[in-house]
Amino acid sequence: MEMNRRDLFRFGGKLLVLASAGATLEQIIGAEPAPEAYKQADHWWGMIIDIEKCIGCGNCVKACSKENNVPDGFFRTWVERYEVPEGYTNPKVTSPKGAIDGFPLPQPTDLKAFFVPKLCNHCADSPCTQVCPVGATFVSPDGVVLVDKEYCLGCRYCVQACPYGCRYLNPETETIDKCTLCYHRITKGLTTACCENCPTQARVLVDFKNPKDPVHEFLRTHKVSVLKPQMATEAKVYYNNLDGAVR
Amino acid sequence: MIPGVDGFMYPNETELQWSILIVLYPFITGLVAGAFILASLERVFKVEAVKPTYRLALLTALSFLLVAPLPLQLHLGHPERSFEMYLTPHTSSAMAMFGFVYLWYLTVVLLLEIWLDYRVEIVHLSKHSTGPLRLVYKALTLGSDNVSEGARRIDDRVGYTITVIGIPSAFMLHGYVGFIFGSIKANPWWSTPLMPVVFLFSAMVSGIAAVMLLYMAAMKVKGLRIDMRCVDTIAKYLFYTFVIDFTLEMLDLIHRTYEADESFRSLNFMVHTRLWASHVLLQIGAGTVVPLALLAATQLRRFSEAARKVIYVCAGSLTLIGIFAMRWNVVIGGQLFSKSFLGYTTYKMDLVTREGLLPAILLMLLPFAIFFVLIKLLPPWQHSEASGD
Amino acid sequence: MRPTFRDAGHLIRPAVLLVIGLVVFMMVRGAVVPKGFGKYGHYRAGYLEVARSKPIQYAGQEVCASCHDSEATARAGGRHAKVSCEICHGPQARHADDPSALKPKLPDVATLCARCHEKDPAKPKAFPQVVTAEHSGGMACNDCHKPHNPHL
Repeated sequence: MEMNRRDLFRFGGKLLVLASAGATLEQIIGAEPAPEAYKQADHWWGMIIDIEKCIGCGNCVKACSKENNVPDGFFRTWVERYEVPEGYTNPKVTSPKGAIDGFPLPQPTDLKAFFVPKLCNHCADSPCTQVCPVGATFVSPDGVVLVDKEYCLGCRYCVQACPYGCRYLNPETETIDKCTLCYHRITKGLTTACCENCPTQARVLVDFKNPKDPVHEFLRTHKVSVLKPQMATEAKVYYNNLDGAVR
Repeated sequence: MIPGVDGFMYPNETELQWSILIVLYPFITGLVAGAFILASLERVFKVEAVKPTYRLALLTALSFLLVAPLPLQLHLGHPERSFEMYLTPHTSSAMAMFGFVYLWYLTVVLLLEIWLDYRVEIVHLSKHSTGPLRLVYKALTLGSDNVSEGARRIDDRVGYTITVIGIPSAFMLHGYVGFIFGSIKANPWWSTPLMPVVFLFSAMVSGIAAVMLLYMAAMKVKGLRIDMRCVDTIAKYLFYTFVIDFTLEMLDLIHRTYEADESFRSLNFMVHTRLWASHVLLQIGAGTVVPLALLAATQLRRFSEAARKVIYVCAGSLTLIGIFAMRWNVVIGGQLFSKSFLGYTTYKMDLVTREGLLPAILLMLLPFAIFFVLIKLLPPWQHSEASGD
Repeated sequence: MRPTFRDAGHLIRPAVLLVIGLVVFMMVRGAVVPKGFGKYGHYRAGYLEVARSKPIQYAGQEVCASCHDSEATARAGGRHAKVSCEICHGPQARHADDPSALKPKLPDVATLCARCHEKDPAKPKAFPQVVTAEHSGGMACNDCHKPHNPHL
């Protein structure tokens, strides 16, 4: 069949329209949805630590140290091993190197014994941010207590004010360092390094502003407490089954 | 096992954060506040007897106030950022607000009062001294050479007003330092509403003792007669202030022992072991009870002039040592025990590091060097000699 | 004779010095305080973005499973189902970004298993734990137990 130029153009035009329609359709169907920007107002972070599940392996401490470049001898998180005699006032507590290598020499004992992982409690009414003279440490809008290491003077007033001993002076930057709740991970949909690396899920990141977060049901059905409630710091790390002897 | 640690401490607590430099700081600001209160005794409360020490007290206060920020700067991880405290002060932080109290006190109270009191001599010296010193005096006149009767009267009135304002300012200057410690609920050794008051009264004690000793030393060096009426009066005020200070500290101790709250066992153990020498022997024993006894003796019995001089020098020196020990026990003591109440650590003080003993000693000597320069520049006794006192 | 205003003239000078000092301070402050300071609270708002941008070291077990699905399946059927890969294999985010360039080292079984499974009275009673010195007669743990699905 002979095609004249007009037919050719008409054919080519239809082809072009079909091709571009197909390409657009492929774009719409096959493309990834654009990543949702993190909205800090939608989150209020905390953690739940279940003492009944902690096996004192120290993987959380090791993972935190690797994820956050924590200098040797300093701890953003650590695990304590308690042996509690009757009467609760004289517990024997150890934490060899913060338990970064676990507890390598477990002593047999008849006393009540358990592990207590600790970290910054990201207090909503934090005494540490209250005393910072310049505003280098603060509670972020999504509930994480951070330290601005470009602004920190290294005066260590916040280290004195923290009732939980979770802050330290980083000898390399000469500024204050502490657990950041892996802010760089949780704002990207990941969980913290410590929670990721806990083999028994004794540590679980929670988001109080998320209505679907299991934390709401958990808090409703378990007896929980925080460390040093008498300090009224509105700590956001809740402990399940925390013994009264824990300091 | 970490060397120096007994029992259990949170892993980040084993090393002390605030060193001897932070002990120096309240000691130095205490001397400033105390010296100023002594100066105000004459100016505002008309205690004529201590007039010979008025200018000396002001210059002492200035020498120490100029040095006060230096231990802090040495201690900071980033001293180059310290100006942030003035740029973006956190109003809930006692440390930040203290920066302004310091600035207020230095400029509006101390410098202004010294300027007003010395203005006549400064103008005189700007006209009659020679060499580069003349330029210094000319600058200090701030360009005005009005020393008429009327101007002097105004200087006196304004100086009086500044001293009146200066008394609560001095209270704030050192009370604030006490509040910096006293407001930390995390540390039971520090957290008490008595802290600013105890700091203030011990500051007054140390400042009065320091000015008394400096006056006696200065008169000795210059070969002039010590005005015993002046020194006796200072010693009397030292004694009564010390009684109040001792009462307050004992109140704190008794209250703690009686209430015996959770922290008590741990703190009590700490005082009996790690702080035994510095707290019981040095601060309470040699630094408070002995000087109080010596001063009480002079109030109750008439001693000869020579004997009184010896007693005052001993009492004054022991007082200063005792007040320094008090600052040490508060700052260092507050960090020796664990906030878990289950353990203790040790303070390892180095010699030649940024926060070691050597810089501390140099920083304590520096105010005396400044004082020496100041009394050469603004002689405190020329005034009384010139007016034939 | 009451002092005249002229006699108070010298007081203007320190007052002027003070005012000049204040003005200079306010100017410096305006220039030097970081923009965005105070936007969300008393801190540099810009730091939040810095804090969110730090490098990630642990990829997370979903990322591992996306390539290593046979190991993931083996694990899912056993007692180590909830034990994240990187607990034993270490941080592998960089390996996940460039798999052939950074091959992870196999973990040292001798110390690794004991970390969790060495008997300790402080561990929950129901948690599987043994006195390793008496348990295996000197054999390595993985002579009998397969790490991804360890139950015998």
